[in-house]
Amino acid sequence: MIVDGKRKIWKDYQKEIPDDHYFYVRSCIRQNFFPASEVMFLKIMRDELACDIYENEYHTTCSGIGYHCDVVPMETTMTVIARQFALMTEAGYKNYAASCITSFGLYSEVIETWRHFPDLLKKIRKNLKEATGREFEIPEYLSHASDIIYKVRHDIAAKGKYRLINRFTGRPLKVVEHVGCHYSKMFPHKGIGGAEYPYVLAGMIEAWGGEVVDYPERRHCCGFGFRQYFIKANRGYSIANTHKKFESMEPFKPDMIITNCPGCPYFLDRWQYAIAEMEGKTYGEDGHGIPVFTYEEVASIVLGYNPWDMGLQVHQVAVEPLLNKIGISYNPEEKYKGFNNEDMGHPEKPVNLKTY
Amino acid sequence: MGRLYDMLSKDIRYQEGMTACINCGTCTAVCPAAEFYKYDPRQILDTVQTKDESAIENLLKSDTIWYCGECMSCVTRCPRSNAPGLVIIALRSLSQDLGYFTESEKGRQQLALKRTVGDWILEHGYCVYVRKVSFENHPEAGMIWKWELENLDKLYERLGANLDGKGPGVLRKIPQESLNELKRIFDVTGGIERFNQIENKSLEKATELGLTDGEYFTKIYTTNNGNHMRE
Repeated sequence: MIVDGKRKIWKDYQKEIPDDHYFYVRSCIRQNFFPASEVMFLKIMRDELACDIYENEYHTTCSGIGYHCDVVPMETTMTVIARQFALMTEAGYKNYAASCITSFGLYSEVIETWRHFPDLLKKIRKNLKEATGREFEIPEYLSHASDIIYKVRHDIAAKGKYRLINRFTGRPLKVVEHVGCHYSKMFPHKGIGGAEYPYVLAGMIEAWGGEVVDYPERRHCCGFGFRQYFIKANRGYSIANTHKKFESMEPFKPDMIITNCPGCPYFLDRWQYAIAEMEGKTYGEDGHGIPVFTYEEVASIVLGYNPWDMGLQVHQVAVEPLLNKIGISYNPEEKYKGFNNEDMGHPEKPVNLKTY
Repeated sequence: MGRLYDMLSKDIRYQEGMTACINCGTCTAVCPAAEFYKYDPRQILDTVQTKDESAIENLLKSDTIWYCGECMSCVTRCPRSNAPGLVIIALRSLSQDLGYFTESEKGRQQLALKRTVGDWILEHGYCVYVRKVSFENHPEAGMIWKWELENLDKLYERLGANLDGKGPGVLRKIPQESLNELKRIFDVTGGIERFNQIENKSLEKATELGLTDGEYFTKIYTTNNGNHMRE
């Protein structure tokens, strides 16, 4: 598709993203597997951009993963979500920032369903009152945390120490963007750029100097599939879908992948390892994989933070080839160290996938 | 109308997800599950639209309804604004309400999902809890995960997390009063009832198969009879 056509579509799918004053709700999956990404989000928004992003310890899972594993009924999930909204209301906020795409999709779905079924909304209010004594307002604005980083992408670029440019060739890095399915596939108008050509990550890539890779399976699911990953017997589904994406992007020789979903960076990272160890196939250069990043990690790279402060050591696919292309200085000795250089040993090396 | 169709049509996911399917097959063409499994969402919507009681009962007892990954790619592309993924969620819900889920290999897996994701929600306030994601059950998580688990407290402190700590932050210990509220929500809204149904029907099936609880769990978590995938 020609670029002008895409830009026209993007103009049709814009959403209002408040500048400031958010109630922040964390992601179960991201806290467990990429814990530093949420730390960096708050650091960037609060310390670099002086925004008010509030959180408190009383929020919980939205139960979305349980809902999409079909063990948690709809009314239960709706009431758990209503409790999150009550915490926002009690804290005096009207803008809600979700770190998780599954949550963001569910919040969008739940709010839309309540609009269609006002009696159900009344029932959920009653449920919440009965179970917790709380009352809630529906957020005026619902944003995914990647919407917020998209909104400030030019500020990040202006403050940045690095750009997504290959220092050896002077060319933009080729970046695959993978947008989580539940960001806008269900409700295209809730996402920047809609569902067919979402712009939320592409906009970051362009603002930070990179070049977006357009490949055939760009919109294909990473393969999480909820029950299709959690159950050991089903994981063939998950790896097969990731495999399909990598086979499709391979001819374009991407330098890196950026994601905005909790599960996607995990699966795109770990299944590259599994494919390498099972089949001997690697998709990066010289036996490496293609490094996969969260959008906060890429923003932090651009801003010049220490790679080991943003959690790049917990990736299975080595990130060093990408750091070297950009020209980022880092201390390899610090990679696997704790506070005060405390020794934590080294991870074992995979057989086929090259690591550092 | 048949009893099963009546029950299905009361679910708002069905009402929202099924308006007027023209059986064009766009959902199947774009479906990640249809490419991997012997699965065809177009046929499922077709079956449901027939309102045939026996066909719907077979569907509710089959592996078929458990193949979907709920990615919702079908929702974007359906030219008639149907949501096959939502219809699947409604079918799965009904299959569990009626206890039919234990009649298929894939359906029986609901017990493992309840005892992991479901129980973790109430015990920890998170759908996933890092200390319980073992390397043994997740070898695909890589050597890096093995190392992470060996150094969990030190590493997550290094990364700025607040693992099991007080106050806000990454992986904080959710306060007990919040967990109590979560439990009361599950009590009031049918969440505990769903959990009990999954446990009770699974126990019946384990007994029927002559398996202990532990043997049944291992079987449903690890067994794949090899008949699910496309050739």
